[in-house]
Amino acid sequence: MTAADLRERVERLLAEHDPATTDRLDFLRARYDAGLAWVWFPEGLGGLGLARGDQGPVDALLAEAGAPGNHPERNGIGLGMAAPTILRFGTEEQKKRFLRPLWTGEEIWCQLFSEPGAGSDLAGLATRAVPDGDGWVVNGQKVWTSGAHNAQLAILVARTDPDAPKHRGLTYFLCDMTDPGVEVRPLRQITGEAEFNEVFLNDVRIPDSQRLGEVGQGWLVAAATLDNERVAIGGAAAPREAGMIGKVARTWRERPELRTTGVHQQLVESWVDAEVARVTGVRLRQKLAQGQPGPEGSAMKLVFAGLAQRLSGLELELLAEDGLRYSDWTMVRPDRVDFTGRDAGYRYLRAKGNSIEGGTSEILRNVIAERVLGLPGEHRVDKDVPWKEIPR
Amino acid sequence: MSTNVLATPADVDLLPTQDGEDLRAAVRSVLAAQCDPTAVIACYDGDRSVVAPLWRALAVDLGLAGLLVPEEHGGHGATARDAAVVLEELGAAVAPVPFLTSSVLATGLLASPTATDAAAEVLTALAAGEQVATLVVPWSTGPGDVPLLGSDGGAVRSVAGAVEADVLLVPVAAAGGTEVRAVPVAAAEVTGVPSLDMTRQLADVRVSAEALAAAPVVVADADAALTDALTLGAALLASEQAGIIRWCVTTTVAYLKERRQFGRVVGGFQALKHRLADLYVEAEQATAAATWAAATAAEGAGPDAGPDEARLASAVAASYCSRVAVHAAEETVQLHAGIAMTWEHPAHLALKRAKSDQIALGSPEQHHVIVADLARLPGPTAG
Repeated sequence: MTAADLRERVERLLAEHDPATTDRLDFLRARYDAGLAWVWFPEGLGGLGLARGDQGPVDALLAEAGAPGNHPERNGIGLGMAAPTILRFGTEEQKKRFLRPLWTGEEIWCQLFSEPGAGSDLAGLATRAVPDGDGWVVNGQKVWTSGAHNAQLAILVARTDPDAPKHRGLTYFLCDMTDPGVEVRPLRQITGEAEFNEVFLNDVRIPDSQRLGEVGQGWLVAAATLDNERVAIGGAAAPREAGMIGKVARTWRERPELRTTGVHQQLVESWVDAEVARVTGVRLRQKLAQGQPGPEGSAMKLVFAGLAQRLSGLELELLAEDGLRYSDWTMVRPDRVDFTGRDAGYRYLRAKGNSIEGGTSEILRNVIAERVLGLPGEHRVDKDVPWKEIPR
Repeated sequence: MSTNVLATPADVDLLPTQDGEDLRAAVRSVLAAQCDPTAVIACYDGDRSVVAPLWRALAVDLGLAGLLVPEEHGGHGATARDAAVVLEELGAAVAPVPFLTSSVLATGLLASPTATDAAAEVLTALAAGEQVATLVVPWSTGPGDVPLLGSDGGAVRSVAGAVEADVLLVPVAAAGGTEVRAVPVAAAEVTGVPSLDMTRQLADVRVSAEALAAAPVVVADADAALTDALTLGAALLASEQAGIIRWCVTTTVAYLKERRQFGRVVGGFQALKHRLADLYVEAEQATAAATWAAATAAEGAGPDAGPDEARLASAVAASYCSRVAVHAAEETVQLHAGIAMTWEHPAHLALKRAKSDQIALGSPEQHHVIVADLARLPGPTAG
């Protein structure tokens, strides 16, 4: 398909569904059906089988015409993690059923991976899924579940074979969060709000048609999700001065009375680092456009976390007496993950999670060392041991 | 008039091209055959016999001397992107050749818009590999305030590329403004000095009033031309640094996969794995920054971006890659431990080049001043 054909397709969508008069959801559905949601997906699934790089011009044309967006930040887990995993491992029925409402935001997704006893050691998780008729019954407890209070669906990893070594006894499911056995409790955080949740799964029924991948192959599927997660966190396109650097730079420009030599040096060096990270992200996305995400996404996530933490700390120092204050400690349950939207104190505290969520920086360094550089793996005393015999 | 560098520029293509990879393979094969580390180390003991044949193979046989020279002067009219590929390879081998000083910096200056007809003659000789030129400023000079000689001549300390040069490009404060004069090396006094990096040996240069008066002006009204040439030099120095970094990471990872202590491969210790992972991340970023600077120097960043985008990309890359190259070389020494302290192991070549490169063509601090200016982050006393 040529650039002109693609342009014509966008123009036809806009002509048949004038954004000024079309209902938002109707427009998003029509856009999906026209293959213009994510053009690198296959035809019939919101795409046209084009290159990833062809999405940019489409988005730009639609934004120019005032078309409504699908608020990707509200459904970051759905778009960034569930969708690529379903595309790669799902059956045709699963793709048809889940991808469209995921993209339009009619169904919001969350990720039921981490547990109280299985964070970095995710493969050690204890949530059980037991076969029952044409489906499964799931029991267990998940934690650090962003946005579970808004989600209709979840990607879930559960243990289906406790007799197998931990990586081999897992299976991946698509879980209905409206099942009566799902209980979501807010988990109040360091910032005062509850963006995360604890999720209790009590006899939750999942039909076998919502199993993703083979029984016992859950780790393989989860690893692909984690790669996508790290790319989604670290590899998103961002303009110059996006994120924390923009916040600090704007304060510096607007409030000359706060400027000091020490902060200036740190600020300019961080500006350089942020710009280098932006350019590295451009290069990463150009690489990704040629293939599947690999461990390289881990590198960008590491960089992103380090920068966010350094700059959010610097911002508080720059603000001096205002840096000592905090906007609001009220417990709220936000409908999206917000790294930068609130005040400097919130940003400082929230950024501490950047080197923990989606894989700690220590685990990511192991990933890079082992999978990119080929250095030896960590010593594993639980290797080849049946999961049920591992001390907990 | 400065443009707004805070606006996001169009994405430049940062992935390797087939032509670039072909060029890389050609340079790499010459270096593998003719740039043995033992011979490079000998430069420190006064034996520079590796230099001339290596330079001939690169400059003449591969035609690299004329890479950036416009076609009408007998060159290839290639872009900074191609020069960046060459410099990555030269950096990885710490090759003792005057490519950066002559074929990038001097060539860039002689191809500037205010160059005279006399410059064309020099460019033709450079493109053919018949002559080598260098810019006579201290090697620490960044894009900005360029130290000038008066018309009565004088001395310049710590000039890179002068030991190999046939033509000295001397910036002079003349009555009509800044100009660059081309002084034949025979008319000047060039004294090689012991240098931290003997693979890019520095020299003290003395030029008399008579020699200056007799030398043709090659660039008139040269302030902007000097800034632009030094900006290009700093941008491409970043690619040399990216090459050093790549060598450091590759060599150190390979060593730690072999070296055993306490009955284990040393590279399996988590503390070391994490240091290497951090180094890899920095190396990836340095490569991206250097490629961006070269691509922006070559093509600009789209119709909306002004010349400030190239200045910014150069300063960002120079600052970042300087920092990482030194870190990578220092980690290489530390993680090779005792063997890296020996004269025979090439780790010291990388360390000496990396530390010298950090100071060359503007320190990170000088580049931060440029970034602060372009990004509108004035210092506390700027009001």
